[in-house]
Amino acid sequence: MPDADKQSLDTDAALYRRMRLLRRFEEMAGDLVRGGEIQSAVHDYIGQEAVAVGVCAALGPDDVITSTHRGHGHILAKGGDPARMLAELLGRESGYNKGRGGSMHIADLDLGIFGANGIVGAGAPMACGAAFMFKTRGESHVAVPFFGDGAMNQGVLLESFNLAVMLHLPVVFVCENNGYAVTTPIGEVLKGSILERAAGFGLAVEAADGMDVRAVRATAERAVARAREGGGPSFLEFGTCRYSVHNISAGAAWQDERAEAELADARGRDPIDRLAREMLAEGLWSPEDRTRIDAEVESELEGGLGFARNSRRPDPESAYDFMYARLYPGLPARGTDS
Amino acid sequence: MSRQLNYVMAIREALFQAMQADPSLFMIGENMRAGIRPESRGLFQEFGDDRVIDMPISEAAFTGFATGAALAGGRVIVEYQVSSLIFPAFDQLVNQVAKLPYMLGGQRFLPVTFLIMGAGAGGGRAGQHSDNPYPYFLHAGIKTVFPTTPGDAKGLMLAAIAEDDPVAVFAPVGVYGTSGPVPEERIAMLLGQGVVRRAGTDVTVVAGGPHALQAVALAETLKEEGISLEVWDPLSLLPLDKAGLEASVNKTGRLVIYDDSNRTCGFAAEVAGLAAERCFHALKAPIKRVTRADVVIPYSAPIEAELLPTPNRLEAAVRAVLG
Repeated sequence: MPDADKQSLDTDAALYRRMRLLRRFEEMAGDLVRGGEIQSAVHDYIGQEAVAVGVCAALGPDDVITSTHRGHGHILAKGGDPARMLAELLGRESGYNKGRGGSMHIADLDLGIFGANGIVGAGAPMACGAAFMFKTRGESHVAVPFFGDGAMNQGVLLESFNLAVMLHLPVVFVCENNGYAVTTPIGEVLKGSILERAAGFGLAVEAADGMDVRAVRATAERAVARAREGGGPSFLEFGTCRYSVHNISAGAAWQDERAEAELADARGRDPIDRLAREMLAEGLWSPEDRTRIDAEVESELEGGLGFARNSRRPDPESAYDFMYARLYPGLPARGTDS
Repeated sequence: MSRQLNYVMAIREALFQAMQADPSLFMIGENMRAGIRPESRGLFQEFGDDRVIDMPISEAAFTGFATGAALAGGRVIVEYQVSSLIFPAFDQLVNQVAKLPYMLGGQRFLPVTFLIMGAGAGGGRAGQHSDNPYPYFLHAGIKTVFPTTPGDAKGLMLAAIAEDDPVAVFAPVGVYGTSGPVPEERIAMLLGQGVVRRAGTDVTVVAGGPHALQAVALAETLKEEGISLEVWDPLSLLPLDKAGLEASVNKTGRLVIYDDSNRTCGFAAEVAGLAAERCFHALKAPIKRVTRADVVIPYSAPIEAELLPTPNRLEAAVRAVLG
């Protein structure tokens, strides 16, 4: 299980370690899908690691995030336990959602992870509501909804921009622009500028290279500090690249592979290799340090997978649990019940 | 003589008393400050802009806002001024707040009360302001109440707020002009408990809201012919008092459901299904439903009236089941 040291993202080595964890988690998840152990699809985050890790490096344990259908990276970056995530993906009782959510819905409210979400843009108003609670309780916490470029066409997100500005909420909206609304190039369905669109709501806006974790962290730190100090909401856009197809499933493959040139360019800017190179050039670590951290990540994931595999599946009779806080006779109704 | 209060004022009293009793409770909605709706008038002035928040015309976002506040430990009342305003918020209602507690494996439950005003048709409000959309909520698994009298309105509003789950309170416009006894104290009623509005022996009429009052009036008329109607008002649509329904139908052996929601997959369909499953051997005649037609409610009075359940149609159905 992650120890306190592993939770902290205070050092560059910690940023590296966490990005590596995100990458290898997703590679493992893809293998588990293809091998049939994960029963449904996963939307992997490979290529976008610097955004989640850089932003979460600016957050504390009491800050809140909402995530997307491509959520594993955000959850791990905010401190989610890979063992309990893998258990959820494998449909186990020990999973974060007790097997009721799966890949697109992992949440840990105690860690401020208000959930991945299967509906594009849907988490943004919830982040505003959480931020409102922070503000009215006099707490200095911040809420960060993650979403993609495709969400910029979703009404509820735009409504949330207005709410956050109107109520002067401590919200940092984070747009991960990977260039595609599922398979459609964003330029075909979004006209005008994303940043100007957000600025039009009165949000303070800033953009940075989403393949550079240090740039992401620095940008996020400014916005988070501003929100904490009562400076109001802001909007950050990070350009990034999803290396893989929209989702990985054991059935029909998505036919949205990136053009080779586009992928080669992105891989040349790979956020994990980039940070590793910079740290080496700056004398912050040795190649042996990287090898050791990589091995630790492998070990953590192997341990997590073992935990998941050894956990039991939920009892069928428990399928009715958690619909309601307070039960009444006949509630919830069963399929053979009258 | 117990204190009499108007239906809408009873809701208002429940809101004031609940807000006074629980300083962590807050309320959001449109035009709260201006107080254009009587049930929330004065709340803003009494409790301030920390606890009574005017929302922009963004039903989807402010519904999700309530969910997020509840995830962060808050208790929230959300007001929709007209029942059809739930539709812009549909994803946030049926796909988010209704599902999240389960999908999160019970990590947290969400105490959000949806006060849905202006439910029902009549008076030429046309297709987008005449719905009684509670079947959507029942289908989504959201606890739902439908108070008929001012006393029910206060008691069920307080019950909804006390619940740790989302609860929708549908306040039917057809009873806003009524007054009745309302306790001054802050006493919540119970969810899942129907009431026999009028006891009888020949036919059970299941009806809520203004239709329950119409059924009681019809019962008085038919009494002169020696026909004894029992009017059973569910009050709580989810959870539903299935035992109460069963007891009434088993007693009379005849059932007419009088409900102003759409016929197909409407509330009456569910009640009919339950009665058929539970009371088949007690039934002396086929169950009848008198419902709204599956047609958009139009503006012009004669065609609007044609589509709605009316006391005349209820009477015809009662006579039909009596053979």
